Amino acid sequence: MINKILATGAPPFGPHLLSVSGLSPEVLTGILDTAESFLEVGHQTVKKVPVLRGKTLVNLFYESSTRTRSSFEIAAKRLSADVINVSPTQSSVTKGESLLDTVRTIEALGADGLVIRHPSSGAPAFVADRLRCHVINGGDGCHQHPTQALLDLFTIRKRMGRIEGLKVAIVGDILHSRVARSNIMTLSRMGAHVRLVAPPTLIPPGIRTWPVEVYHRLDEGIRECDVVMALRLQLERAAGGYIPSVSEYARLYGINADVLDRLAPGALVLHPGPVNRGVEISGEEGFDDRSAILSQVEFGVSVRMAVLYLLMGGGSEEAFPDKGGKE
Amino acid sequence: MRDREGESLFVRNVRFFDPAEGVSGFGNVLIRDGRVESLGNVSPSGGVREVDGEGGLLFPGFVDLHAHFREPGFEYKETIASGSHAAVAGGFTAVCVMANTDPVNDTADVTRAILERARDVGRARVFPIGAVTRGLGGEHLTEMGRLSEAGCIAFSDDGKPVATSRMLRRALEYSRLFARPVIDHCEDPELSNRGVMNEGSVSSELGLSGIPNASEEVCVARDLSVLEASGGRLHVAHLSTAGAVRMVREAKRRNLPVTAETCPHYFSLTDEAVRCHGTHAKMNPPLRREEDRLAVIEGLKDGTIDVIATDHAPHASHEKEQEFDRAPFGIIGLETAFSVSLELVREGHLTLAELVYRLSARPAAIFGLPVGRLVPGGLADLVLVDLSGEWKAGSRGYFSKSRNSPYTGSVMKGKILRTIVGGRLVYDSEGEGCG
Repeated sequence: MINKILATGAPPFGPHLLSVSGLSPEVLTGILDTAESFLEVGHQTVKKVPVLRGKTLVNLFYESSTRTRSSFEIAAKRLSADVINVSPTQSSVTKGESLLDTVRTIEALGADGLVIRHPSSGAPAFVADRLRCHVINGGDGCHQHPTQALLDLFTIRKRMGRIEGLKVAIVGDILHSRVARSNIMTLSRMGAHVRLVAPPTLIPPGIRTWPVEVYHRLDEGIRECDVVMALRLQLERAAGGYIPSVSEYARLYGINADVLDRLAPGALVLHPGPVNRGVEISGEEGFDDRSAILSQVEFGVSVRMAVLYLLMGGGSEEAFPDKGGKE
Repeated sequence: MRDREGESLFVRNVRFFDPAEGVSGFGNVLIRDGRVESLGNVSPSGGVREVDGEGGLLFPGFVDLHAHFREPGFEYKETIASGSHAAVAGGFTAVCVMANTDPVNDTADVTRAILERARDVGRARVFPIGAVTRGLGGEHLTEMGRLSEAGCIAFSDDGKPVATSRMLRRALEYSRLFARPVIDHCEDPELSNRGVMNEGSVSSELGLSGIPNASEEVCVARDLSVLEASGGRLHVAHLSTAGAVRMVREAKRRNLPVTAETCPHYFSLTDEAVRCHGTHAKMNPPLRREEDRLAVIEGLKDGTIDVIATDHAPHASHEKEQEFDRAPFGIIGLETAFSVSLELVREGHLTLAELVYRLSARPAAIFGLPVGRLVPGGLADLVLVDLSGEWKAGSRGYFSKSRNSPYTGSVMKGKILRTIVGGRLVYDSEGEGCG
């Protein structure tokens, strides 16, 4: 697969990664396979390959983020790219500069790639239309979080051995979740059966057209599922009137060891993090090896390496790590 | 309003058509001192300037009940001069301008300043709409008497609804004194909850917060209930939902004194347009679903919706070139309204007569404006149109100062050839390019 991608000399998608909506099962598989090859770089003593040497990646994060920003930064550095982090609190953004002026300035400084996280849905696509450099959506509003969905897909495939035919329940604030939107697309495209479990106030309007089954009760929704993906609950949802209280939410939708017993044997729990302990998830220590939350973080680096490489690498074959005949 | 000194003009070789007056025929039109003197087999009069109509259709000039000219206060978006120019380029000879300027048009001084500026510009006739409440604050009624005397022809807090049911009741009651309508922008801000586009499958997919149909309908229901108790005249601005059309239809059946408008975008586009047009498809009320679009067309067909207005809402490009949720609501509409509306005729929804009526005589009658008719003795506010003439929206720029239109680049039929206000040629498609 990688050889095929490298042989064509062109990334299988792009020039940007703004949404997962256009990614075919073949492209998704190609990204996962590429990530698989990068996984071993993380296990070398020198965790670096020279495929993006001389390239500059800018992380532009308008929302606070530890894991996504660090994950992109580590991924880019393992590929030998130069990485600059720009966050609005310390930049001209606080002086009232528009998003468009900010990204045009960053591009003029010589960025080859831009990872943007922004509270406004559609902001990455908006800037991508107006820039020449590669734009990667690091999460926009309630719209998309493509690399999270890809790393979730990777984690599921790695841990379960397949995706097709699995029953996956996504539990929580679907209405406001970019993670859910991206995951629904990638999982259903790869042949998984996706269920959404949430109170009616947190289900998006007009959802009839989505390839999902909607459940409001947790016990029904997760019955015999192979994977449960708990979403982070923004604690201010109670103030917004979407739920009466965080504790009622935790009681009705929290994942604990008892709940897990209703899943299929060998089932997996995922969470995009950061976890509100005692709300979405409690008693994780009793989950045994069913929690994949830290695996998601680890695999996230490889998946982001794959994305950066496929978008920005330009397919220089000799620079690619020796695959050691593993495939 | 004080009339501008009218001019005289001889328009040769046209097909004149005013469905409201049953006027239809070929020939010439003689205009003397700003009024139509005679139609048909008329000979030129000595010393009167002549223009050749080239066999085009001559309608009464269009009347827009809902536009934002942004002056005073937001002259970087639009001015009375640029807005009037856009109007006549779109065939509109009379434009009612909303009060949400800075300062708000809530005192006679502002009204007079607008009228004075419009007269100096001398293109379209401008009819100011006064605010219902001071500063659009929703708390104190404006001095509607003084505003009426200064030239306000209706009252509206447009941009937002009249804030409370009580204030709406007082406004409807008090405005009866001057026989002027209250125009309401129907929206329940609680249900809109800072939404930025229509609520539905598209907003859910795009992750944008939605404005449900109920937001408009709750307010229409409120307004109709209040109207029934208060009397007065209510004009509902920019209807966009099937439910709102249904309620207005039912209210008219019960003979409530209500009229309604819609805008070309509500019967030509749906929320799907947000995907490709971005912030140029962002307005309030938002573009709705297909079933709403069809219901709006039904409303125009059966007369539930009286008029087509533009809600011409210019915004500067730096305001629209932003994240979707940060960009302001509104699109320009004066220069494309006729061509977009003509599609309803081409698709067989309306007759040409119905369309012209809903763009001229009907709006003029609702606000009691002395325009919108093509008859001997009437004001010579006329528009000459080539129905089959094609043009590409925005290809020569716009006369408006702003460019926020989802129609830019669309090839449309129905070319405005010339526009005449008070016998004066105020727009000639041959003669000028856009700024």
